[in-house]
Amino acid sequence: MEVAITEQDILLSPKDFVSSQEVKWCPGCGDYSILKQVQTVFPDLGVPKENFVFISGIGCSSRFTYYMDTYGMHSIHGRAVAIASGVKAANPKLSVWVISGDGDSLSIGGNHFIHAVRKNFDLNYLLFNNQIYSLTKGQYSPTSEKGKVTKTSPFGSLEEPFNPSELALGANGSFVARTLDRDPKHMQSIIKRAHEFKGTSFVEVYQNCPIFNDATFFAYSDKETKKEEAIYLEHGKPLIFGNNRDKGIKLDGLLPVIVNLSETGITSDELWLHDEQDKTKANLLARFLSNEDGSQHFPRPFGVLYARQRPVYEENMEEQLHEAEARSGRMPLNKILSGSRTWQIF
Amino acid sequence: MRENLDNRATPSGIVIEMENVVVRFSGDSGDGMQLTGIQFSDTAALLGNDLSTFPDYPSEIRAPGGTIAGVSGFQVNFGSKEIFTPGDSYDLLVAMNAAALKVELPKLKKGGIIIVNAAGFDRNNLELAQYPPGVDPLEDGSLDNYTVHKVDVSKLTKEALAGTGLGTKEVERSKNMFVLGLLFWLFDKETDSSIQFFKDKFKKKPEIADANIRMLKTGWDYGENAEIFNTRYTVRPAKLPPGNYRSITGNHATALGLVAAAECSGLLLFLGSYPITPATDILQDLARYKSNGVKTFQAEDEIAGICAAIGASYAGNLAVTTTSGPGMSLKTEAAGLAVMLEIPLVIVNVQRGGPSTGLPTKTEQADLLMAMYCRHGEAPLPVIAAASPSDCFNMAYEACRLAVEHMTPVVLLTDGYIANGAEPWRFPSEDELKAIQYEFLEQRNGPDDKLLPYKRNEKGARPWIIPGTKGLEHRIGGLEKQFETGNVSYEAPNHEIMVRLRAEKIEKIADHIPLAAPDSGNENARLLVLGWGSTYGAIKTAVQELIAQGHSVAHLHLRHLNPFPKNLGELLKGYEQVMIPEMNSGQLLQLIRAKYLIPAIGYSKIQGQPFSTKEMRSKIIELLNP
Repeated sequence: MEVAITEQDILLSPKDFVSSQEVKWCPGCGDYSILKQVQTVFPDLGVPKENFVFISGIGCSSRFTYYMDTYGMHSIHGRAVAIASGVKAANPKLSVWVISGDGDSLSIGGNHFIHAVRKNFDLNYLLFNNQIYSLTKGQYSPTSEKGKVTKTSPFGSLEEPFNPSELALGANGSFVARTLDRDPKHMQSIIKRAHEFKGTSFVEVYQNCPIFNDATFFAYSDKETKKEEAIYLEHGKPLIFGNNRDKGIKLDGLLPVIVNLSETGITSDELWLHDEQDKTKANLLARFLSNEDGSQHFPRPFGVLYARQRPVYEENMEEQLHEAEARSGRMPLNKILSGSRTWQIF
Repeated sequence: MRENLDNRATPSGIVIEMENVVVRFSGDSGDGMQLTGIQFSDTAALLGNDLSTFPDYPSEIRAPGGTIAGVSGFQVNFGSKEIFTPGDSYDLLVAMNAAALKVELPKLKKGGIIIVNAAGFDRNNLELAQYPPGVDPLEDGSLDNYTVHKVDVSKLTKEALAGTGLGTKEVERSKNMFVLGLLFWLFDKETDSSIQFFKDKFKKKPEIADANIRMLKTGWDYGENAEIFNTRYTVRPAKLPPGNYRSITGNHATALGLVAAAECSGLLLFLGSYPITPATDILQDLARYKSNGVKTFQAEDEIAGICAAIGASYAGNLAVTTTSGPGMSLKTEAAGLAVMLEIPLVIVNVQRGGPSTGLPTKTEQADLLMAMYCRHGEAPLPVIAAASPSDCFNMAYEACRLAVEHMTPVVLLTDGYIANGAEPWRFPSEDELKAIQYEFLEQRNGPDDKLLPYKRNEKGARPWIIPGTKGLEHRIGGLEKQFETGNVSYEAPNHEIMVRLRAEKIEKIADHIPLAAPDSGNENARLLVLGWGSTYGAIKTAVQELIAQGHSVAHLHLRHLNPFPKNLGELLKGYEQVMIPEMNSGQLLQLIRAKYLIPAIGYSKIQGQPFSTKEMRSKIIELLNP
């Protein structure tokens, strides 16, 4: 007996997303992990393979596109999301993924970045943040810490860095998350969340550059330090961290305060409960990079800082077209050509 | 203004018949001279005149009132013969204030008519117009060679609208309609069409429509009753080729050409653009065709405008970006990407005076070499140019056809002069338009069931493969492509092959465009005037006049600038002399000399103003009689 196999029955596997091109990142690069996690998660997203489109800019990260056996365009520096907007506007059915780096998105492409999150096309934006320009061999980037010594800043850079999540929230981003290359499971869950969220899903991925900026983020993944230095956010759960999970974060008005749970007897009910839909809290979380007066050292938050749905651009665009057509009907070309005031010469 | 003999007397004076008349409306930026001029021209067109208009306004929206910097002019040449330019000088000048008179007087024909708004000549206005203290041109006899009609338009408007409840501002704004009514009377034209225009435009503000209509009628009646005008003029309908006509500006024609290309090809139109003078109208116009599925995307900047268009093209739309000089500079990197991706894209550059911010509202043709070469690496693409306002339709349509059929970005050059200028257009019907052929690849196209995204057809074009097509997943990008597979390749010989293939594809377009032929005159003439773009009208008028006088001259106008028509070199070599007039320092001149090694002669005007017919005529005569 022959069994008819319909297209929908063909299950995809991670291998289906591996392109024929040899991956050429440096050994040990965090990009390998990101590629692996994307290829792992994609078969489960329920999207036909031909509907995935990757658009990348320029930089190590942006070579990503060549390694995914999907549709893809490796474009020009900083412009990936502008191109992706056009793709999504033209065909809202596609699942569009922007791959970019800290230089690509926040320096040369900064304008497109803020406007993209503001416009809120339904696309997914993975920003590989390694806090360095790697493809040009090691210059400070807009996320490098102030004072960073690089080839173009031999006496230390003079610039305050951007905080990408704070920038995305400030630009009215509707989904802002953070994950890191050395936590595959977490990254997979965030990639899924980004896909599920309707709107511009901005994901900052801490990505190690072993050549030009090694170990920058290791504190958040090394066994000895990660429990003190990283805090994993879960919607509705209190902010607790520490080697013995004995530290919590409490809100004193709008001021976050680290409290020792065992010493103070403060219960988890009194702690800050993470609320993905609360923009005020999301803004506070985004500022956990460093506290300005140095009095407290906050752990770095990972997870979804903010997710609140609002109308997406391409749907509003389609809606306007449909409304216009419903209102006045499609105008015949001959009518368009003639306009309303014509005359005839015999 | 040439008089015909068929004059007649009417109860309100004599009516003199004219072959053509040039009118210049001029006033403060806020005086509504553009609207007045457009309404006047539209009515003349509806009544069958051929015409050409020239809006000439400052880049400031409202420069300080009454100053020379704030003068905004609108010129129309309408006639019973074929009209190709707005005219070198005018027969009638409307000056709403002293500054307008001062700016415009030099180009008024001797003996011409001046209608002034008396209220615009008080001490304050005279001072703002920088007349010396105590000098009033209306009183000092300096206008004795002209017929001056002094009308207190402001006062008459206030009186006519007293009791309507309109505010001072609205009343002040209606005075241009008095002028329009008066001119309709003076040129024997009906007010019906403008009345209808105001009824439609102010549907929701009937009091404003009423005020405008009342002023139109007041102006008309003033002409009829005031007994200061004892002569009226009439211009008969022109003998144009039979057909259906409408009046159109270049920018509007460009928008319609793009819409028509989308409708005829069945592709959806996507425009990624950023507002910039003088190209903004195209974005605004296209935003009105939503009911036909036209998507307009006002991007955050020029770069995002073209990039969004690239994305839309990649996803299967007929994608366009529109801009002017400075925006063109910003788009060049992305244009290079489009060359590498080999996807269809139309880039419209409505040229304006440069460099840098230059002369935003003035015209120039100085972006030709930029269109040709301003991309790093060797990145050739087709360049075409429109010759007149209505020709913008043809060339916008042609740009889409070339882009889609040859899988390439195309640059369409127009300029501020024809973009804002209007003329009657014998518009085509849908079935007169050339088909635009395209297909999206649906099956793997290589041996052994392989996909070859850069496999070329007989035109040298690669297939258009859009995301969402099952089984054709592939990657493209700005890195050099491997022959046929499109994979990244750094191999030395491959790069040379690909550079040559991309260039060859553009060269082959010459097989798919019309051959060059003289527009006026023939191949035996001694001198050929070779033009491109908006110089068409001035060249055509001058050459036709000189041919009629027996001079041995011809006019050939290029619409395809890259590649050139196949027979161009051969044609050019047949003339003793080739003269190339351009509103730049000689850009087509360089291309022609370099390609055909002929001693072509340049003729430049770089003043932000189009050539006059007179200038063109003198230059031709100078070359013919050295």
